[in-house]
Amino acid sequence: MSILVRDPGLETTVQDTGRLGYYSIGFPPSGALDSFAYHVGNALVGNEPGAAALEAVYLGPTLEFTQATVIAVTGADIPAFVDGAEIPLWESVAVSAGSVLSFGQLRAGARPYVAVAGGIDVPLYYGSRSTYTLVGIGGFQGRALRAGDELAIGSDARDPRAGRRVDPDDVPVHPSTAEVHLLVGLHSYRLTEDSLARFTDTEWKVTPDANRVGYRFRGAELEFVPREQPFGAGSDPANVTDCGYPVGSVQVPGGVEPIVLLQDAVTGGGYATLGTVVSVDRDRLAQTKTGDKTRFVPVDLDGALSVRRDRHAALDRIRSALA
Amino acid sequence: MASHTITSRTPGVFYHRPSPDADPYVTEGASVSEGDTVGLVEVMKTFHEVKADAAGTVSRFLVENEDEVTIGQDLVELET
Repeated sequence: MSILVRDPGLETTVQDTGRLGYYSIGFPPSGALDSFAYHVGNALVGNEPGAAALEAVYLGPTLEFTQATVIAVTGADIPAFVDGAEIPLWESVAVSAGSVLSFGQLRAGARPYVAVAGGIDVPLYYGSRSTYTLVGIGGFQGRALRAGDELAIGSDARDPRAGRRVDPDDVPVHPSTAEVHLLVGLHSYRLTEDSLARFTDTEWKVTPDANRVGYRFRGAELEFVPREQPFGAGSDPANVTDCGYPVGSVQVPGGVEPIVLLQDAVTGGGYATLGTVVSVDRDRLAQTKTGDKTRFVPVDLDGALSVRRDRHAALDRIRSALA
Repeated sequence: MASHTITSRTPGVFYHRPSPDADPYVTEGASVSEGDTVGLVEVMKTFHEVKADAAGTVSRFLVENEDEVTIGQDLVELET
């Protein structure tokens, strides 16, 4: 039972919930960038929550299934076809042996996810099947898929069934201006008051440098409070003495082009962290593409926790409805 | 003569040539076959070749070298 990759798309990788627990030794978690779409995909095909799925970006892959199974496409709004006939998104669909899944031109969002009953069966590496392409580990041979690859499908699907469907009210929309919540700190004091306000007032445009490592934005210049740099810090006013970077943290090297670090990013370094995108809002960021706009909406810690609680509750409710 | 427009399948930065010192893939007036590469779009530090999805003669480029393009944006016009 396997999937034959006829066309890999742009940068399609095997991902799961991520390789958690090794951040302190410099290992980023990887894992599906849009966690909501990934988890709902698994629920639709009747998998256990951590089963591995495929994450594509901008261009969907063309995949042939060697045996009948159940699949679901979630995430970005993109036309998906089985043997040339369009299939609904956010719904489980039966495919026959020899069926081919293909994609049309992306309508909105950036990353489609393909969940398959049984999950993608690649070896666990440090507890995860997620691909970390920068160092070539995990996933399928540590890299993005290529034409001709053959992916094994797992056999431990809990309850594969076609026709499960997510309530349309629960399907995320992908506006061309995304709003993500930002917990301000730890080094926001390094920006002038005007610049900190400008950061949250600006509609930032996603540049072509936006991938699983991080998203770089353009839209304004920010100024730092002048100071004599402390021991160990570099000479760029954006530098601080090295520290850990939370996943989702925002830095602005040179005061231009802020970067949000994502699941494949470096775990620490010497740039001031202006704030951190609330974890569940990385899902929204993952569905923005080059040329889209993003606004950072400040929240305090209670606000951030409440955003996370609400999103987890929604996922639990959707899982129960699909069970 | 009918005209056909090649559009971008990804967002990114459009290039006429494979590398800064190389000749352009195609120039105006050149004839192309279906599947020929007519440009590159760089996104996420990877380069995606733009292929002609019809045969014809390149009548004009609709974007400049190094322009940022969006999904579905018109790139090259062909006379077919």
